[in-house]
Amino acid sequence: MNRSTIDLWVGVFVVMGFVALIFLALRVGNLASFNTGETYRVEAKFGNIGGLKVRAPVKSAGVVVGRIVDVRFDNESYEAVVLMDIEQAYQFPRDTTAKILTSGILGEQYLGLEAGGDAKMLASGDRLRLTQSAVVLENLISQFLFNKAAEGKDAAE
Amino acid sequence: MLRDIDLAIERGAVVGIMGQSGCGKTTLLRIIMGALAPTRGEAIVLGHATRSLERDGLYAMRRKMGMLFQFGALFTDMSVFENVAFPMREHGALPEELIHDLVMLKLQAVGLRGAAHLRPTELSGGMARRVALARSIALDPQLILYDEPFTGLDPISFGVIVRLIRELNDSLGATSVIVTHDVQEALGVVDYVYFMAAGRVIAKGTPDEIRASPEPFVNQFVNGKPDGPVPFHYPAPDYRADLELASA
Amino acid sequence: MSLTTLRARIERLGAGMSAHVWRIGFASRFLGYMLLHSGTALKRFHLTIAEIYFAGVLSLIIILVSGLFVGMVLGLQGYETLQRFGASESLGVLVALSLVRELGPVVAGLLFASRAGSAITAEIGLMKATEQLSAMEMMAVDPVARVVAPRFWGGVISMPLLAALFSAMGVFGGYLVGVQLIGVDAGAFWSQMQAAVDVRNDIMNGVIKSLVFGVAVTWIAVFEGYDAVPTAEGVSRATTRTVVTSSLAILALDFVLTALMFTGGEK
Repeated sequence: MNRSTIDLWVGVFVVMGFVALIFLALRVGNLASFNTGETYRVEAKFGNIGGLKVRAPVKSAGVVVGRIVDVRFDNESYEAVVLMDIEQAYQFPRDTTAKILTSGILGEQYLGLEAGGDAKMLASGDRLRLTQSAVVLENLISQFLFNKAAEGKDAAE
Repeated sequence: MLRDIDLAIERGAVVGIMGQSGCGKTTLLRIIMGALAPTRGEAIVLGHATRSLERDGLYAMRRKMGMLFQFGALFTDMSVFENVAFPMREHGALPEELIHDLVMLKLQAVGLRGAAHLRPTELSGGMARRVALARSIALDPQLILYDEPFTGLDPISFGVIVRLIRELNDSLGATSVIVTHDVQEALGVVDYVYFMAAGRVIAKGTPDEIRASPEPFVNQFVNGKPDGPVPFHYPAPDYRADLELASA
Repeated sequence: MSLTTLRARIERLGAGMSAHVWRIGFASRFLGYMLLHSGTALKRFHLTIAEIYFAGVLSLIIILVSGLFVGMVLGLQGYETLQRFGASESLGVLVALSLVRELGPVVAGLLFASRAGSAITAEIGLMKATEQLSAMEMMAVDPVARVVAPRFWGGVISMPLLAALFSAMGVFGGYLVGVQLIGVDAGAFWSQMQAAVDVRNDIMNGVIKSLVFGVAVTWIAVFEGYDAVPTAEGVSRATTRTVVTSSLAILALDFVLTALMFTGGEK
């Protein structure tokens, strides 16, 4: 097998390998929607973030508008501080509400933004004032049981 | 292990190192090659003491040496031509046309110019060894080493190799060292012989002197006697006792 | 069991283990030496290209076919389990993540070890047994630089490409079975997959894994060949050792890398 044939086959092989990688990146992965565009950073405080993780999506009306960048604990107010990057193209009013929601019933948790009505828009470094914590299942159950017990007591009286 | 080795090899001579298998002749060859360093004393090859050489110095020395391995050791993934061209390509920036001519020259010297396109697997043992010989003289070495060059050859190939050893040595003005236990044939081609046994040189001289040597081991070896200083029987317990034990 | 036999056995065990440790040290020095002397392999790149051919191109068929079958099985088994939870639309996610994160690098690595790794060991071992390496030394050519290094780099370059091809074929196989054969919705298949597979986390990590495996397998293959006992039996044993050691190394490294990449640092 002479050198030029080998070179040809190796070239074909390398090209195939790269095509496979590109296929994986574009068609299998999310490179196509990979945005390296400009973002601005905003923070929000929550009583409980539930299962929200870094790199979770920030959605509004169901569309991904940003990503969670960092999650910290404020030792003074004993609240969770969430930092997120929102795409520059999407501007939100200063009184936008941030809620922690779950996709589906048992799915991943994400941060949902509901736009308010303020004329002024959020700028980089601002904090979202209106937040709603994640639903914690145990609290829900204990609340339900408490309500049931209260009902039962009322009925007995 | 070698002991009390003191030998000097004259330039331009064809010298044989002979002895039984395991007598240390291959070790001696490796010391000359520089693959092993002597634990005591010095080995001075081509003007350099091998022990003092670093890798680069060793490689520089080896460029002036050629070695023929026992079964040729041709590179199986290359053709005959490429095998002989290998040292030329690795060590110089010679243009391809020049390399081509040089390879043809070397192959012509061993009589295999027509086989240049063949692959080592297509060669007979004798032909493979001749190609290996052509490869070992590719860079016109000053010292040629032969490790058991006559092993397993038919009489004709034998004669060819014998003739080539002498011819190449003289035409290149080189020195040749042959390690072998093929006594009769070697005695016909060498100028001087060193005879080894158990790591020592027990006899040395011209072929005639060796043939007439009074030394009993040399005598047994040269004449191919089955029994002598090297006994026929491997050490064993008493024969009677062995048989009686078996029947008991 | 008498005390002397017990002691003898313990001594043998200890000697065996220290022999292994010694061998790993020797292999590491060998790797270091080879990396230092890789100049020839890179300057005369056609040598490395020839080795990419022998290690990579000649492994293409087995990689592509295996990838296809593994993907198809993933599609079948995945659907079978997912549809019980009404989650059959996530089939694409299951197939893609399994392949890109784990099966691609690992299975391609195992196949590479048994096909190309054993071939490399056999080649180098045979060259050692027929004194070709000594002949090269005698001609003042460093056999590590000329024979070993190109094979090492050829293997390292081929491995990530083969793993990517395996994963790609696998996804295609999953698509064939899931969408074409079973009838999962094509749109859901691809869109959910694209939403779940992250280029940085999953695909890049998979590539890193395959690179690590490539280095490990080729290093083992090259070393076992170079260190083989120069007889026919020695070469055959070295080949077996290459396949066994490489496979174990791949699985062990896979655990370590997975732990580092995919579970560490949850916030």
